[in-house]
Amino acid sequence: MTPPIELYRTMFTIKECDDRFWTLMQSGQIVLNYYSPRGQEAVSAGVCAALRPSDYLVTTYRGLHDHIAKGVPLDALWAEFLGRVGGTCKGKGGPMHITHPESGLMVTTGVVGSGLPIANGFALWSQISEDDRVTAVSFGDGATNIGAFHEALNLAAVWKLPVLFVCHNNLFAEHTAYAAGTSAEHVADRAAAYGIPGVRVDGNDPLAVRDAAAEAVVRGRAGEGPTLLEAVTFRFRGHQFGDDGAYIDPAIFASAQERDPIPAFRSRLLAEFGMPESEIAGVEDEVRTAVRDAAEGALAAPEPPAVELHTDVLATSLPGGAA
Amino acid sequence: MTTKQTRKASFRDGVNLALDEAMAADPRVIVFGEDVADGEGGGVLTVTQGLSTTYGTKRVRSTPIAEQAILGAAIGAAVAGGRPVAEIMLNNFLRVAADQLANHAAKLRYMSGGQTTVPLTVRSICGAAGGFGAQHSEFLDADYAHVAGLKIIAPSTPSDAYHLLRSCIEDEDPCLFLEHLKLYFGGAKERIDTSAERVPIGKARVARSGRDVTVVTYSQTVHEVLAAAGTLAAEGIDVEVIDLRTIVPWDETAVLESAARTKRVVVAHETAVPFGVGAEISSRIHEELFGELAGPVRRVGSAHVPVPFAAGLEAAYLVGAPEIESAIRAAVAA
Repeated sequence: MTPPIELYRTMFTIKECDDRFWTLMQSGQIVLNYYSPRGQEAVSAGVCAALRPSDYLVTTYRGLHDHIAKGVPLDALWAEFLGRVGGTCKGKGGPMHITHPESGLMVTTGVVGSGLPIANGFALWSQISEDDRVTAVSFGDGATNIGAFHEALNLAAVWKLPVLFVCHNNLFAEHTAYAAGTSAEHVADRAAAYGIPGVRVDGNDPLAVRDAAAEAVVRGRAGEGPTLLEAVTFRFRGHQFGDDGAYIDPAIFASAQERDPIPAFRSRLLAEFGMPESEIAGVEDEVRTAVRDAAEGALAAPEPPAVELHTDVLATSLPGGAA
Repeated sequence: MTTKQTRKASFRDGVNLALDEAMAADPRVIVFGEDVADGEGGGVLTVTQGLSTTYGTKRVRSTPIAEQAILGAAIGAAVAGGRPVAEIMLNNFLRVAADQLANHAAKLRYMSGGQTTVPLTVRSICGAAGGFGAQHSEFLDADYAHVAGLKIIAPSTPSDAYHLLRSCIEDEDPCLFLEHLKLYFGGAKERIDTSAERVPIGKARVARSGRDVTVVTYSQTVHEVLAAAGTLAAEGIDVEVIDLRTIVPWDETAVLESAARTKRVVVAHETAVPFGVGAEISSRIHEELFGELAGPVRRVGSAHVPVPFAAGLEAAYLVGAPEIESAIRAAVAA
């Protein structure tokens, strides 16, 4: 079981990376299409704490928190976010397509909902090859209204695939409030339509997320099929960089801030787990140094050479062919 | 399997045999799609018949009617280490799952910087035959030819169906394998030599040698072109017919070699001419051989309309030997 301080380390790393990206963008040092995960740190930290390193994760364009929690190395992650040499994907994928199979981070898609059917495929191969893996897939509340979500839950249920469907319900689908675009009162309610467990959990509590995810992972590994996990959370920095959040009711925003998972869990480490302040501060310092080093390394790295434009399109190009 | 090699096989048999032998040879090969298992009839056209009985329903699975789920599952299984052969019953339904094919199967390798690859084969029935109307008769060659990261294969004979499907399954990249409906019903049977050297992706074949004009074609239209060539032979026009077999990557070397020799070229395909595969082939020939050609490359295809239902209208829509003959005559007259 992952110790609470390690969950906090993951969450603080996500926040520290996010803050640094934000500062670099605001100062004009980098230009990014950036979808901040600030506020959703506990969901990724909790889910990934329930997974083995060899388990698979499929995520979406708001994915930084998942990338970090699943263990993608910070240096390669930062270099890829900036499109530099040394990036996980040679600078060809970028933030919306982070891939790092060594960490089990198999796909990051930029298309809402499209990761779910693909996650089924990873789980299908685990079922057939009996490799004992579970696949988790992250998506937002908005994705639960697209067809791919429903096709994927149905197929996973019919085939009893070892999949954990994780909805990061941050209450907004782009700029549209949850209830304005979603017929079900709760995302987890939708599991009933497919005859699978639907679990709703406080997405700001990494331990609650971890425990709920762990139960689902046990079910999946035991061949009992998929689970829909709804982690209710919030995003503090809008849909993407540049979004002023004018559509968010200030009262809802203020109430969410009171439940910000980072300070909340830090307080629990002190009060509930009796962790000394110095130990927490020590972890924070280590994280700050690691993130600063990764950022500086990425900023100093060159852009990909032009030859990379044409590589990696096909695995096998054919002589005499003009593809 | 010895008996299978010697009996006369239809196009359907060629596909079935390729799947059967691929599954026998490689435990990573799995097959799924709507109704493909024997409990559901072994496919609506029985193309996958027998596979689930031989290899079990763990490896051969009927799916819900859910094309995004089918292709998504195939992509994930392919990246994870499997060799999925997914069936999307009809070409038109590929559009239901275009996101999975074009946004994901084709791009995951590039987007990951080569860390992941998608050795996936998607089989799908293409083409118009027998009055299935506008939404069950399309041939989506050009649609996917323009998507970087896919290979597109469209054989015209039972033997090529066998060899090229096996080549697709063994290939590391996502392959779209197009099986023309009419070939199942109307095509000639032939013996398939499974011990022969595998037909590679990207290699055309000369279906008929000739001196006067080159016709570049593929899939069912090969047979229309051969019929036209037979008619024109009686008029003293000697037609060379190149069956591309692979649309992407097409065999530019073979086409340019033939075109340089005959100096007259027609490109014939079932889809409409505007913005079609023939436009690309024609352009490449002009770019390479402009000064050497006796006249412009001609293109001939079906009407640029939704496929109509009524038998007479469907026949009028489809490119056939008469239209191809006219195009060849025009090319030779230049």
